[in-house]
Amino acid sequence: MLTIATGNKAVAAAVKEVRPAVVAAYPITPQTEIVEQIAEYVTSGELDCRYIPVESEHSAMAACIGASVTGARTFTATSSHGLMYMHEMVNWAAGARLPIVMANVNRALGPGWNVWAEHTDSLQERDTGWLQVYVSTVQEAYDATIMAFRIAEHHDVLLPVMVNLDGFVLSHSMQRLETLHPGDFIPPMELPHAIDTAHPAGYGTLTGPDDYFRFRWDIERSMRRSAGIIAGTEQEFADRFGRSYGPVHEYRFEDADVVVIAMGTLAKEAEVAIDKLRDEGIRAGSLGIRWFRPFPDLDLGGRDLVVIDRDYSFGFGGILAQSLKSKHRIDPYTVIAGLGGQEVTFDDIASFVRERRPGEEHWFGVSDDV
Amino acid sequence: MTEIPKEEYILRCTSACAGCPSSLTLRYVLKAAGPDTVLVVPACCTSIIQGIYPNTAMNVPVYNVAFAAAAACASGMSEAFRKAGRNTNVIVYAGDGGTVDIGIQALSGAFERETDFLYICYDNEAYGNTGMQRSGSTPAGARTTTTPGGKVHAKKDLDSIVAAHNPPYMATACVAYPQDIFKKVRKALSIRGPSFIHVLSPCPPGWRFASDRTIEMGKLAVKSGMWILYEREYGKVTINGVSKAALKKPIPLEEYLAPQGRFKGINRQAIDSLISQRDRTAQRLQREEEGIC
Amino acid sequence: MYEVRIHSRGGQGGVTAARLLALAAFRDGRYATACPFYGAERRGAPVVSYVRIDDHPIRVYSQIRNPDLVVILDTSVMDVVDVFQGLKPDGRVVINATGTQEVAGHATYSVDLTGIALSLDLVVAGSPILNTPVLGALAKMGIVSMDSVKMAISEMFTDVRNVRAAKAAYQELVP
Repeated sequence: MLTIATGNKAVAAAVKEVRPAVVAAYPITPQTEIVEQIAEYVTSGELDCRYIPVESEHSAMAACIGASVTGARTFTATSSHGLMYMHEMVNWAAGARLPIVMANVNRALGPGWNVWAEHTDSLQERDTGWLQVYVSTVQEAYDATIMAFRIAEHHDVLLPVMVNLDGFVLSHSMQRLETLHPGDFIPPMELPHAIDTAHPAGYGTLTGPDDYFRFRWDIERSMRRSAGIIAGTEQEFADRFGRSYGPVHEYRFEDADVVVIAMGTLAKEAEVAIDKLRDEGIRAGSLGIRWFRPFPDLDLGGRDLVVIDRDYSFGFGGILAQSLKSKHRIDPYTVIAGLGGQEVTFDDIASFVRERRPGEEHWFGVSDDV
Repeated sequence: MTEIPKEEYILRCTSACAGCPSSLTLRYVLKAAGPDTVLVVPACCTSIIQGIYPNTAMNVPVYNVAFAAAAACASGMSEAFRKAGRNTNVIVYAGDGGTVDIGIQALSGAFERETDFLYICYDNEAYGNTGMQRSGSTPAGARTTTTPGGKVHAKKDLDSIVAAHNPPYMATACVAYPQDIFKKVRKALSIRGPSFIHVLSPCPPGWRFASDRTIEMGKLAVKSGMWILYEREYGKVTINGVSKAALKKPIPLEEYLAPQGRFKGINRQAIDSLISQRDRTAQRLQREEEGIC
Repeated sequence: MYEVRIHSRGGQGGVTAARLLALAAFRDGRYATACPFYGAERRGAPVVSYVRIDDHPIRVYSQIRNPDLVVILDTSVMDVVDVFQGLKPDGRVVINATGTQEVAGHATYSVDLTGIALSLDLVVAGSPILNTPVLGALAKMGIVSMDSVKMAISEMFTDVRNVRAAKAAYQELVP
């Protein structure tokens, strides 16, 4: 069905289609509409699930963990400080090998309180063992949420998946949306290590130095396998539902001399800049990074790179740029832009390209006087 | 008649909604507390009411802190002040969500450690700052955005939880009785140790009534017995006069529920739940006051 | 691409007006995006919403700097916000007001949206509903079709007075 919806409503609509058994809900701007819409679905009977209005985000993830290990499909949503508060249990969920899906609406961290888009929140969770995807349109938010459950629950993965969408810019923006019925594209969840009173086992028991590291390796092994499962899932999605996705989204990339790399809505805004630059005779292209974990394999050689980081790791650098540098031995021009919802227009992005200085980092909008 | 100081600590240009009960309450809280005061404010409407950088609408220091952390933060602040020989008032000013749900762990710890501070919970019976989702403090039958069909479970009895920590002073209050708020804050601040004031805050956009009826809603809450004004000082309960009268002859509950859009279509079961919770609370307080239990 | 900026106060339905407009444009078979800008979101606080309408997919997310149309649902906002900032030279203005209003250099259309809402008793928690009647005004100006406006309103609201309000505004606005 073709309709128009906000990012938040799209995520909720996707969750409705995959029919989780349990949803844990706690409000935080700008995610709240997701859990509110799910509450409407539950109240109207459109979604038959147990809706737990928990008293904090730490408890939201704890509740998801408890539900998931029984073999129940679970979902929750959060942002920013909620994600931070959840951090201990975010780690726990991955370590427990539970296929929980969580929507994170990217929002900056306080103090000062700021409700607008920034990626530092989810990027701070990059070490936890969660898979992470960053979407750029309402349709993509919908599709990625549906696929997330299938990827998470795949027996070669069994890791939780975080679907990230930019706060307000995408969560609250209305765009076209084509909904679908996944049918057997999302098979029933089967958790190999689900609690089984007939075969009792200890979960997460004290694990000594001779054994613990093996469990950590198992997470990494699954994370490496997940790249193939993601690709397979996205291919089947394309075959069945007609929309293709990959680890990155390329725009006029093939013959580009200079490539803008960004995540989330800035990757889409960048495409408008690319068109402008092309009109000026600059062979520009863009790369929207979608999957941040597992980190993608990219062939970036022989081009100038302009990386936009809507995040920062203090005392080190933009997390996207530094990740690309270390993985792919490139020396990009990094622009730190969009923190706390700072406006970044396609004109700004075009100027980043024109003014690029390879190897340097530039904080958009600042001067020495702050 | 209590002498209320003229000095204002809430300045113009707050970002409060028209008819906001919390900013009215805070106005009297700060008049009672005076300038040697720090407010500790977790995420809640007050975070926003302060206004946006570079301005602040409060003429006392306001320490904004993460949602779960207010009482813990206040605990640290109070200990540091007292160690330095300073009597600065440390007042947590928090919504119900940040008190009764995500903030309860910190609240409990701070009270158990007998922190010298005042905790004020202004209760609009939902997560107001994020657009009125249910909290543990939402009453049965109330529609919120996460309980579109009306909340099934009863309002969490925050006062009993606090009472279980045996604070030297705790009280309930209501925005409709600002002089009473003033007196109770003065009393609380004069006592060493943890004190607690629970202020009913009828919220026009949240409870869905017109912005000029805030005080009226507060009075209806008290007169129907749905909100009982009392104090517990060193374990001794005193039900305040206006509630004493209300409990003798309460106005029908329907008069309180009818003007609020959040109770539209409330079913009989929820109404009975509200009535029985009200009656249980009233009875318990009356018995405690008489020394029977 | 056609860009619309809507100014209102929290609680008046300015955000919903943007969504309705986007939905109506979508029903016209076009691409549309709607996004509010949230400052301190409070009942009574100034709120701005943006709508972009185009015949091609819209990839721009940044705020509208040069609107083609400015809609003012609450004229009191004009005391605190520069509602005309960036308005294109040939940009138009729609104001919720009685009588004729004039904005120097721009075609200005005034409709008494408040009056229409009050006459139909289309009031929620003390506030007259302005977002459905304004859609009728925008249809009369040719931004979206009236058929799509009726469809969009019916999709979002069950109370039929909303469609009536849109029709009344459609009648009242002189293009």
